[in-house]
Amino acid sequence: MSKNPWGTVAERLDRNRYETDTEQSHILVNQAEAERAGAGPLLARICPARVYSEQANGEIGVLYAACLECGTCLAAAPPGVLSWSYPRGGMGVIYREG
Amino acid sequence: MDTTATAEVDFDVIVAGAGIAGSVTAYRLALQGHSVLLVERGPSPGSKNLSGGVFYCRVMEEAMPGFLLSAPIERRITRNCLSFLSASSFVNLDYADDRLAQSVTAVSVLRAKLDEWLAAQCEEAGVMLMPGVRVDALITEDGRVTGIRAGGDELSAHVVVAADGVNSLLCRQAGVRGPEPLKHLAVGVKSVIGLPRRVIEERFNLSGDNGAAYAIVGDCTKDLGGGGFLYTNLESLSVGVVLRLDDLARSGESSAELHDRFLTHPATESFLRGGELLEYGCHLVAEGGLAMAHDLTRPGLVVVGDAAGLTLNTGFTVRGMDLAAGSALAAAGVVDSALKRGDYSQEALDAYPRELDKIFVGQDMRTFRRAPLFLENPHMYGDYGRLLSDIMYGVYNLDTTPRRHLAAGVGDALKNSPLALLPTVRDALAGVRAL
Repeated sequence: MSKNPWGTVAERLDRNRYETDTEQSHILVNQAEAERAGAGPLLARICPARVYSEQANGEIGVLYAACLECGTCLAAAPPGVLSWSYPRGGMGVIYREG
Repeated sequence: MDTTATAEVDFDVIVAGAGIAGSVTAYRLALQGHSVLLVERGPSPGSKNLSGGVFYCRVMEEAMPGFLLSAPIERRITRNCLSFLSASSFVNLDYADDRLAQSVTAVSVLRAKLDEWLAAQCEEAGVMLMPGVRVDALITEDGRVTGIRAGGDELSAHVVVAADGVNSLLCRQAGVRGPEPLKHLAVGVKSVIGLPRRVIEERFNLSGDNGAAYAIVGDCTKDLGGGGFLYTNLESLSVGVVLRLDDLARSGESSAELHDRFLTHPATESFLRGGELLEYGCHLVAEGGLAMAHDLTRPGLVVVGDAAGLTLNTGFTVRGMDLAAGSALAAAGVVDSALKRGDYSQEALDAYPRELDKIFVGQDMRTFRRAPLFLENPHMYGDYGRLLSDIMYGVYNLDTTPRRHLAAGVGDALKNSPLALLPTVRDALAGVRAL
């Protein structure tokens, strides 16, 4: 892995501004469907914000608060694996540069 | 200005999404005296928006006269560099021209700042701006779009403009546009690196508010379809990669690691050294070209900008914001006539795609319709860059062996490459025609 002088993805996201929706996640994973389709590794590596991770119990972890709302996962996930919408109004990432 | 619509609807027009397409459409319609609601899910316009950063902004002089003088643009792009990268080398086509500073057709922008300004112009023109509100769905009655559902409320309009970006969940939920194949989409992963103005001007050989734009292919994506970009802002650099999703999904590569790999490549690192990370972001990009520009209207609905798939990668230029503004102008003209005639039918709004075809938006999409297929050629992203670097190495590496003519050097380089002469010539011809 190339060493980015500005840190890991998590460290870099720490510098971004977010208004996290603490009441509900805008991303839901159908775990059974994800396991059947073997979607875990794909989601884990295509997401630039590393929202998805493969958990020890085989499930897919979702760190929705880190989401940059690009929609790459929705486009690439096998049908039925993800239920994905934008966060509720005013919530989620707040770009100051763009 | 009268901002109350006729009794039967809440607004003449509701625009979903305050990006360039949405704001320009809203602005033009408000100038015509229509009541316009502009709904934006970000807490302020621009806070959800991200682009690589070069705006071919000539169209804005028509859309919002005086744009260049008052909009928060970063730098005027006067130097364009196309760079073929290999693991240990780069070959650049470097083009700088004072005429570009005179004509100002391209500027670097940061969308959080630009879009906030655009929305402020809208409000000044009489648009009602509603930030921090997500449009949840289009309301349809008998196949006609009659309004929006947002935050538990329903709002009605004669025409709804879907300017909700490349994912356009609104159009997807309403069955207007289906999901695109992966090869039509790419993900851009970008860092904004802060550096003092003087350092940027020294590193890129710039003066004043002149700027440079680098488009990079080859090793920056580990040969995946896509490329790298590096743009100068006033006091920061926009740098990152764009990765075609079909290749990315197949490859086993990670988008974040490819971004990091490009930023740490010696050719890139020397530009960024000592800078401070201001922001890390990403955005989905439509890459399908003309094949994506379909289903742009329904009774009571027009689709503009990224939501309409209006982006264009010609290899040299990557365009979206100018097409967004152009589509907004076309849509605003058609919606204005529709409102004046009280006809929001499919037939009436189908004038919009016809208008697009009359201006640069539709014509350029058509001219470059073969570009996506050409850019699917896997050799574009690795072998050709290595071939170029081998040829240049042969030219400059005077190691006391007798020199040979360039043609022989090219022949040798080809022999050592997985590329064969005939397909290479064929690709070159196809490229000249497609781009």
